[in-house]
Amino acid sequence: MTATLTSRPPATGRAGQGGFLRTLHAEWTKFRTVRGWVLATAGALLATIVVGLLGTAAPAPGGRGAHSASYPEGPGGEAVNDSFYFVRKTLTGDGALTVHLRSLTGVADTGTGRTARGAQPWAKAGIIVKENLTQGSPYAAVMATGGHGVRMQYNYTHDTAGPPGEVSQASPRWLRLVRSGDRLTGSTSTDGSHWTKVGHAKVPGLARTVQAGLFATSPQAKQDTAAGTGFSPAVATGTFGRPALTGDWSQGAWSGTQVGGDAGTSGSYTNTSEGGFTQTDGGGFTVTGAGDIAPVVGGPVMGVGFSAENFLVGTFAGLIVVIAVATVFITGEYRRGLLRTTMAATPLRGRVLGAKALVAGGVAFAMGLVAAAITVPLGERSARGRGFHVFPVTSATEVRVMVGTGLLCAAAAVLALGAGALLRRSGAAVALVIASIVLPFLLATSGVLPPGVSEWLLRVTPAAGFSIQQTLPQYTQVLSVYEPSTGYYPLAPWVGLAVLCGYATLALGLAVVRLRGRDV
Amino acid sequence: MSDESTKATIEVIGLRKRFGPQLALDGMTFTVRPGRVTGFVGPNGAGKSTTMRVILGLDAAEEGKALVDGVPYRTLRRPLRHLGALLDASALQPSRTARNHLLWLAHSQGVPARRVDEILEQAGLGTAARRKAGGFSLGMRQRLGIAAALIGDPPVVMLDEPFNGLDPDGIVWMRGFLSSLARQGRAVLVSSHLMSELEDTADHLVVIGRGRVVADTSVSELLAEASGGRVTLRTSAPAYAAQVLHGAGATVLASGADTLVVTGLPDEEIVALLARNGVPFSQVSAHRATLEEAYMKLTRDAVEYRGIPAREATR
Repeated sequence: MTATLTSRPPATGRAGQGGFLRTLHAEWTKFRTVRGWVLATAGALLATIVVGLLGTAAPAPGGRGAHSASYPEGPGGEAVNDSFYFVRKTLTGDGALTVHLRSLTGVADTGTGRTARGAQPWAKAGIIVKENLTQGSPYAAVMATGGHGVRMQYNYTHDTAGPPGEVSQASPRWLRLVRSGDRLTGSTSTDGSHWTKVGHAKVPGLARTVQAGLFATSPQAKQDTAAGTGFSPAVATGTFGRPALTGDWSQGAWSGTQVGGDAGTSGSYTNTSEGGFTQTDGGGFTVTGAGDIAPVVGGPVMGVGFSAENFLVGTFAGLIVVIAVATVFITGEYRRGLLRTTMAATPLRGRVLGAKALVAGGVAFAMGLVAAAITVPLGERSARGRGFHVFPVTSATEVRVMVGTGLLCAAAAVLALGAGALLRRSGAAVALVIASIVLPFLLATSGVLPPGVSEWLLRVTPAAGFSIQQTLPQYTQVLSVYEPSTGYYPLAPWVGLAVLCGYATLALGLAVVRLRGRDV
Repeated sequence: MSDESTKATIEVIGLRKRFGPQLALDGMTFTVRPGRVTGFVGPNGAGKSTTMRVILGLDAAEEGKALVDGVPYRTLRRPLRHLGALLDASALQPSRTARNHLLWLAHSQGVPARRVDEILEQAGLGTAARRKAGGFSLGMRQRLGIAAALIGDPPVVMLDEPFNGLDPDGIVWMRGFLSSLARQGRAVLVSSHLMSELEDTADHLVVIGRGRVVADTSVSELLAEASGGRVTLRTSAPAYAAQVLHGAGATVLASGADTLVVTGLPDEEIVALLARNGVPFSQVSAHRATLEEAYMKLTRDAVEYRGIPAREATR
């Protein structure tokens, strides 16, 4: 030893200045210098990607390149169903259509040759003004529904309730839709003389010449059986009186079109029915259609498609590895007595745990973010190539899902670190954290538990954090199975993540208090 | 003593701590001063490791205080620049290399990375720097632990049982190393449960038993006291010699067929007496106690854990 004693630093430096950064630097060096941890993190990345891609590697529904599959997109970029039977003329400029709706009936094919009469709750018949016949084009409509009264709807996602009540021969409705520039107003009446405004729509940039007329459509019939929820084909038939027109309407006969060519993903025709219309003697119309004019939601009505979260199903696999690494990051020091060396180097124990949490959380965040940024585009490309629909999301949602996946992994890592510091045993801590995050997620989303139990799990356990990955929207005007097994979490994305973060903060906080108060 | 030299110390003042019903520290008080090796000696379970953990702020004492450079260790912002400690050489992440182990320690104190390579060379680990610490022998771990203790070039060094597991070469190296640290002006506290390990190394001794200090003295004083002025006499006429010496006021005990132990007379006076009375003798030597004997004498009362697996050794 040839070193000579150098001058000593002052006993107490200015408190905290650079101190946390030094501790952080030390903890980061600790992490990156254990090859097993670095390799495990790479493994977590790989597991997330591979499980995600394998989990969505179903064979193509119609063979490779069967058809370029994508949902029609509405004016807001959202996936929509736009399938209905349309009896139409062209309307140029302002104008109005008034019609007497005598009845709205329906037939559902309940399987094995049996049928059920009656319109579906969201079967629709009424007046629509639509920019053109392309799916997803802007529109506004006033309509009667099978079970939700008269509604004013426009541009797929907007829905305003009007007077309730079923339409029948005994209780008919009059409907009126008025166009004035880009403003459309829907009204209804039970006697043809006293009118009630249902709602109005502002459809900016609506073309001067539009397609307008009568329509009927019906989503599939939802059937709850002992085996689960099923959907079966259904049609709706609207019986209209003679439409009264004001404004510049095209001359000649009304023409009928099945918009979208078929009933789309949320509807289908029964074995014995097809879309069409007949004109009655008095100039009225009977219009039969299937499909829906509404946003696409998850569940069976989504059809053969994937959403971004489907490609991230491997997150749970990556999380298992992340949890194990984050736990060992602290329990390994307990086991070997290395924590004493750490505490001797940094006597502020909260600072040590904080630095460890930042390192473990930061590494996990990077893993989750990179995994999502790789998996989602890869999965989408692969799925499209095999003829699957891919549920479109806005860039903001895409960023939320990717950053959210990183945050999900980070919060789980901090929770694991806190649990490890509290329990001081790798096995117990890893098992506890996996049982609190991964297990509830798998049980709740696999559909093995009743929906109520699944939703409860995803509210109260740290698994609530997976909500951040949900991109599928929920609309009251679209009937589907809004349950964890179909991709619906009971909490909003950031609320669910906040639940997980709450657990992580609690665990880390308790660990700091505990570590400060005891001999190491 | 100047203020400056007071600061480069460890001061342990009236530490008291119990583990359950057992009193581990019972008013432990001593000071470690710069420029010398202070041996911290006592039987297993006497409280050496507990005292060291309290000094490092790892364990809390119920009473008393421990100061490093005049302040509690926990208030130091870059503590390894004030006090370097080796508690347990096996406290390593086995898959981390020796160099990386020192590197994170260096980062934690804001010490530049080149200090790591410097200290590895000094500890004789230059060639093993990039090997995983898990594959190190106990001797190499001790060297790595010493390197870790010196990473911040601290004026105070504290080592718990650094001789454990060292081979004879290692023991020689360690002794020279400890002395060199003291010569550099550092305060060095070295614990051991074997006094013989500290022979020729320690300048000062703090002997403890049952959680308190039994003796706080220099090595030479301790030896003189333990020797107690005894003289060994070898003679072919023990009975006559005993009679002569007894007559001069000495206490004489036979310790062999031709060996007497004489107490109460200095050795030169014994030689003069024997010569004057014509007593034949082949050897007169002042009895020199070993440090071990002195230690045994001191700790005879304090040793209560003998034969019981010591908790210190397992911690």
